[in-house]
Amino acid sequence: MLKYILRRLISSLIVLWVATVGVFVMVAYSGDPLFALKMNPTTPKATILIREHQLFLDRSLPWRYWHWFSGLLQGNLGTDMSHVPVAPQLFQHMTVTLRMVLLAFILAVVIAVSLGVLAALRRGGIIDRSITFTTFFFLATPVFVVGLFLKFYVAIPIDKHFHHEYLSTSGATSPTISGPFLSRLPDYFAHMTLPTITLILAVFSSWTIYQRSSILETMNLDHVMLARSKGISPRRVLIRHILRNALIPITTVLALDFAGLLGGAVITETVYSWNGLGRWFLAGANQQDMNITLAYLLFTAILVILFNLLADIAYGLLDPRIRYR
Amino acid sequence: MKLFKKNRSVAKIETQWTVAMRRFRKDKMAMTGIAIFLTIFAIALIQTSLNPNGWSTLTSDYNQAPSWHHLFGTTNVGLDLFSGCLKGALQDLIVALIVSSMAMVFGTAIGAISGYFGGLLDAVLMRIVDLLLVVPLLTILIVMSNIFQNASNSPLLIAVLIGALSWTYIARLVRAEFLALRERAFVEASIALGASSWRVITRHLIPNAIGTIMVNTTLTVSGAILLESTLSYLGLGIVPPAVSLGMLVQEGQGAATTSPWQFLFPAGLLLLIVLCVFAIGDGMQAAFDPRNARRKK
Repeated sequence: MLKYILRRLISSLIVLWVATVGVFVMVAYSGDPLFALKMNPTTPKATILIREHQLFLDRSLPWRYWHWFSGLLQGNLGTDMSHVPVAPQLFQHMTVTLRMVLLAFILAVVIAVSLGVLAALRRGGIIDRSITFTTFFFLATPVFVVGLFLKFYVAIPIDKHFHHEYLSTSGATSPTISGPFLSRLPDYFAHMTLPTITLILAVFSSWTIYQRSSILETMNLDHVMLARSKGISPRRVLIRHILRNALIPITTVLALDFAGLLGGAVITETVYSWNGLGRWFLAGANQQDMNITLAYLLFTAILVILFNLLADIAYGLLDPRIRYR
Repeated sequence: MKLFKKNRSVAKIETQWTVAMRRFRKDKMAMTGIAIFLTIFAIALIQTSLNPNGWSTLTSDYNQAPSWHHLFGTTNVGLDLFSGCLKGALQDLIVALIVSSMAMVFGTAIGAISGYFGGLLDAVLMRIVDLLLVVPLLTILIVMSNIFQNASNSPLLIAVLIGALSWTYIARLVRAEFLALRERAFVEASIALGASSWRVITRHLIPNAIGTIMVNTTLTVSGAILLESTLSYLGLGIVPPAVSLGMLVQEGQGAATTSPWQFLFPAGLLLLIVLCVFAIGDGMQAAFDPRNARRKK
């Protein structure tokens, strides 16, 4: 097992390294970070040369990559184009985004599993059909449409009706907020509700569909039939014999979809003007800011790799038939 | 050889394809999906050819609510939203068709080579697939958005870029299918009779994997539409003078409370198109599923 994890980690590191090279080349060729400065006819030639020197644009591409990479090995993510260190920025934006993503992830898993079980148990009935229709509906709706709809047609009418901002539509917190944690809690809640619901609606459908078919498959297995014919109560059969087996395959799906959740966060943050990782990355990529783009890539890629590894380990622990060598 | 010919004349050969298509034609949901989908694009084609300048003529009808003259209302600069939505839908369809045909061809070819030959080639190809799994497609497209925004034909470039990056899913599934099929007796028999690799792949393996390929190509169509509209919503995808539904939603969002048609029509049309594609994909999945073969429904 340990050997397997070690081998996976090494191959992940190689994939990660190739990804940084790829993104580095893409950013380098996607445009000139000093384009706006050069287009301005009043910029003195010396200023452009100094800026180019500061951003190492006068050096060769391999040198620039090595400069970034050797910094990374020493735990230094470099500075952005205005000379602000990237690592503290990454950390600050990360806390904002993870607050939304982790809560949405946990709630979406709970909702998807329970809806999937419910739909499978009532197969073909009205509950099953309405759950299936809802999941397909949200699978077909782009995240930004869900977000904008909730923002304009749910939150704003409610706030207008009660003359109080119960559901905030912009920002992760109110800009004027201060005081101890407990007194800030209602404000956090008002700001988090809508983005979290949006993210849940963006991801829960495919998990529900998967969970439903997984339960349906397990229900017809021999050991479940045996348990039923022995006269074990349906409730106990469901929990001990069906659920325990049907929950295993979804762990892999959840891990694979975590990357999609981070992608959904980029859009949710844009819709609700959260100052999180996604918007930070969008602004950075827009200016061809190499260090911001690479830092975002590293962070998300490491999360995805870790989640996949965790899912594989969990799979091995949950299902004794699987052996890693 | 003689025996073979005689058998052929007795029983009409039913391929997996014809059986599946017969089942597919009986699927009400999928047929409704196809009907709505084709109707939207027939109207879009007629509208854009009858009134090609609908989305570029500025009028003095600012923010008009939907009426007989402007079916979907007008924007804040007096553009007819009906023309815009249909032109955008057409643009989205072109992007989706390019993406899905590229994904189908590349995905099948790479998955086939990987699964059939295995070895070092398989290892290298699958590491490339891993790479695209670690770096989400949206991230790559955001990083590269500067390239296609300055290009002269941005929609085409976006389509080719998404297509060049979205074959991985099909490739993995085709590979898995081939790994299983390769061990079956009919493949062994065919190789023993001296069939070339090309013949085995194109005549025996791909026809048996056609269900996986078709279902996932359909899913790529909806995936491409969603990805392109998301990118356009962020202002990084299709830019004026071209138009797409995602771009119209982005432009209409500011007026969502005052003149809701500017947001609701493009968003609703986008949703309707993707739902139709889903219905078609779902029908195909059911039609190709061997577990449904004997069930009469």
